[in-house]
Amino acid sequence: MQLDNVFGIAGTALNAQSIRMNTTASNLANAGTVAGSEEEAFRGKKPLFKALMNEEMTHAGAKFVGGVKVDRIVNDPTPVKKVWEPGNPLADKEGYVFHSNVNEMSEMVDMMAASRAYQNNVEVVNTARQLMSRTLDIIKS
Amino acid sequence: MDIFSTAFGIHEKALGVRSQRMEVLARNIANADTPNYKAQDVDFKAMLKELKTEYVTATHEKHFLGIQEAPDNGMRFRTPFNSSFDGNTVEMNVEQAQYGKAASEYQATLQFLENRIGGLRKALRGE
Repeated sequence: MQLDNVFGIAGTALNAQSIRMNTTASNLANAGTVAGSEEEAFRGKKPLFKALMNEEMTHAGAKFVGGVKVDRIVNDPTPVKKVWEPGNPLADKEGYVFHSNVNEMSEMVDMMAASRAYQNNVEVVNTARQLMSRTLDIIKS
Repeated sequence: MDIFSTAFGIHEKALGVRSQRMEVLARNIANADTPNYKAQDVDFKAMLKELKTEYVTATHEKHFLGIQEAPDNGMRFRTPFNSSFDGNTVEMNVEQAQYGKAASEYQATLQFLENRIGGLRKALRGE
């Protein structure tokens, strides 16, 4: 029953997109975070998607083949902002603080993209559900 | 009494192919943001041809079966209208349109099947 698989596949996508939304939320929440050293500064998190192309990648008998998963979450490699703020209690000896490298604009765009992708997959599930219930109704004809 | 095995004709197989196509399109939509994912589609004609060939059997050694194409699962990679930086070839608008179309095609096949079943019932009741 292939329509069964549609639910599993769209489910993996819903999961992946909601993780993406979570990282966006975390990035936006930490956009104004300041740190006293470059290492401690907050770096934006980006989920890396990967297609589930064969059975080995999922557990046996799983209906997720062809779906998507979050392979890993990587740090945004762009350099953190170094700002001279001697009045800040977190400032280092030379008076510098390190702001996060989160770009709020691109995070907002990413959030909208994730939300649209989520809606798309909800719609996929809805359509498959309707078709399935119509298929079950075939005995009534 | 072969009425029940042939009553549904091609539609029984077509329903299977159609639901498989729904799965493939769902995969594309799920992987819309996956880097290097290549969108696929089912070649319905090739698929149906493949299903039909099993009806043809050689009952005599001198019978020709014709040229039989190597069986594939009817899967084709989609050619994108525009290429993207991350190597992903899923174009969401195309996929949405195709998914909608596939859903209504599935319903059409279902309708054919429903009509066949209705006809059989009528015949059985003898009204």
